[in-house]
Amino acid sequence: MKERFPIRLNTRDGTVDMTHGSGGRAMAQLIRELFVRHFDNDLLRQANDQAAFDVSAGRMVVSTDSHVISPLFFPGGDIGSLSVHGTINDVAMSGARPLYLTAGFILEEGFPLADLEKIVRSMAGAATDAGVPVVSGDTKVVERGKGDGVFITTTGIGMVPGGVNISGDRARPGDAILVNGTIGDHGIAVMSSRENLEFETAIQSDSAALHGLVADMVEAVSTIHCLRDPTRGGLATTLNELAQQSGVGMRLHEDAIPVDPSVIAACELLGLDPLYVANEGKLICICAHEDAQRLIKVMREHPLGRRAAIIGEVVADEQGFVQMETGFGGSRMVDWLAGEQLPRIC
Amino acid sequence: MKYVEEFRSQDLALKLARTIKRECDPDRQYNLMEFCGGHTHAIFRFGVQDLLPENLRFVHGPGCPVCVLPIGRIDNAIHLATEHGVILCTYGDMMRVPASGRKSLLKVKAEGGDVRMVYSTLDALKIARENPHREVVFFAIGFETTTPPTAVAIKQAQAEGLKNFSVFCNHVLTPAAIQNILESPEVREMGPVTIDGFFGPSHVSSIIGSRPYEFFSEEFQKPVVIAGFEPLDVMQSALMLIRQINEGRHEVENEYTRVVSREGNLKAQALVAEVMELRQSFEWRGLGLVPYSALQINSAYETFDAEKRFEIPAIQASDVKGCECPRILRGVKKPTDCQLFGTVCTPENPMGSCMVSSEGACAAYWSYGRFRH
Repeated sequence: MKERFPIRLNTRDGTVDMTHGSGGRAMAQLIRELFVRHFDNDLLRQANDQAAFDVSAGRMVVSTDSHVISPLFFPGGDIGSLSVHGTINDVAMSGARPLYLTAGFILEEGFPLADLEKIVRSMAGAATDAGVPVVSGDTKVVERGKGDGVFITTTGIGMVPGGVNISGDRARPGDAILVNGTIGDHGIAVMSSRENLEFETAIQSDSAALHGLVADMVEAVSTIHCLRDPTRGGLATTLNELAQQSGVGMRLHEDAIPVDPSVIAACELLGLDPLYVANEGKLICICAHEDAQRLIKVMREHPLGRRAAIIGEVVADEQGFVQMETGFGGSRMVDWLAGEQLPRIC
Repeated sequence: MKYVEEFRSQDLALKLARTIKRECDPDRQYNLMEFCGGHTHAIFRFGVQDLLPENLRFVHGPGCPVCVLPIGRIDNAIHLATEHGVILCTYGDMMRVPASGRKSLLKVKAEGGDVRMVYSTLDALKIARENPHREVVFFAIGFETTTPPTAVAIKQAQAEGLKNFSVFCNHVLTPAAIQNILESPEVREMGPVTIDGFFGPSHVSSIIGSRPYEFFSEEFQKPVVIAGFEPLDVMQSALMLIRQINEGRHEVENEYTRVVSREGNLKAQALVAEVMELRQSFEWRGLGLVPYSALQINSAYETFDAEKRFEIPAIQASDVKGCECPRILRGVKKPTDCQLFGTVCTPENPMGSCMVSSEGACAAYWSYGRFRH
């Protein structure tokens, strides 16, 4: 028999308090009326401390990601949808089909339940759209001042199709470097809504689950060498990671890298470089030169790959330098991001 | 992005490159100093050097606002945050500049100091309004470009009667620094550095105009071309300098006519003159004490002067041993001449100020150019 709560959770003007994390009835009500209600699925409804399911034989991947974004709501998404997309993408970058997610919430005392519901609803929507249910979760509450509203950690598992071997150490000289669309949209969308930096822009975050696109790509070319999503640190930092991991260099062509004009404009204003601005719906793909055109075709047929492009190639370089031919006709290095990207003064 | 992309066109760059190559005398060296960090950044970011002949060398000058601020003044700012408990507001670039004892404002913030990054002086005023019971100090740095906004903030604070707002003023003056470089023995006596011509600052000149440079070109017989910050501006200005050098001229020419006039921004100049006055002397990293090279808040606005409101001692702090920033800032040495460069001093862990800002010569060499070495 289901226990009833005489008064409904006040998601209009109520706030999170310490009892919501105490393990008592208030917590049970929060879980039932907010989390289970929105994430609703068979495994979650069983109300166990874990979700149990059968898996087929093969290679399984697991990945976890914590989300601490400020502001929580930004053009094109919020921390909820982001926490689903981020982990699905980390799982998918192995070529895997994501199966299930779990979610851990750290809530700050005083956080409006209306905002929490908005976040959970967005998260549930993203999970449903992606076909990857949230099957287990956890909630903790910290005292006011000891959190930043809400932190969400999600973990995802998935199965890698047979014959697929995608890894960051597999880039080889001669390989082509591909990206599925414009870079820097997410970072600029988030910055545009930061309290001390509000500026008008039509840019929306590119936050999206990429596993559908990856499935199409892997089906077309099962021998893709590397996949990675250039999130924090942007395209530049992710390429440096891959170069380092594979022990190769890279040569990029600035003119070939897709960037939305409004992102370029915002970066000019703020003194930032779009190569270092975060993405949440982009992937870098490294494949054999001869597979590149086929992959580009498949990517462009998918809604999340319309502006896919070949942006450079892998070269032999013991030092692992990522270099770029600039649109101006010169060349320069594309280094790791040092510290945070800080706006220049002059 | 109109009016920006046009100045990054590869076709025009290649045409200009051919003209420069044709006009450069292969039997001589052209050492051209770009004073501004903005130019340094553009040269490296766009790979301008690749398009130019080998006997044309860019000498990177001291025009990176965070690079020239002496360690002692950063120690002062840290002191304001930690000992006086003020809310210290500053521009982002300043956060990572190393101070004494391997501290920086970023580290002070992590240790609990109330240091806030702002994008404009108006943000600092807003913080002051929102925290009426706290002292809010704006750590003002930069050349003539960033000075007018500081003056505006001070005037605004007075108009509003904001009693908890003050400015720790470190604004410095470009012409004084150029003169100092030209007067230094290394440059005068044709020692290790021979600077054949200068790229004049772009944003700074939009405020002060091109007139202040007329004195140098005459007195020191060096050509000056005021150059915009886009890569084509740099190339066009290089060509103008080469022509002056080849023809034995030493004039002030203005390539950046779309922004800079001879008189500059008179309104901004008047604002600054109303609120600030010359300092007799100010220490520059790399240049030492330079007379009349900086501004302080004048007596009419002294209630907004953090140096009057708080006790701010003159600190003589020394650079990290082995750090060549002082010589690099004068163009006497290249970043790669420094034994710390790339070994213990990197953008992640800067020992000297030239490694902090992407406008600093060392950071630009390291982040954009180290594959060349």
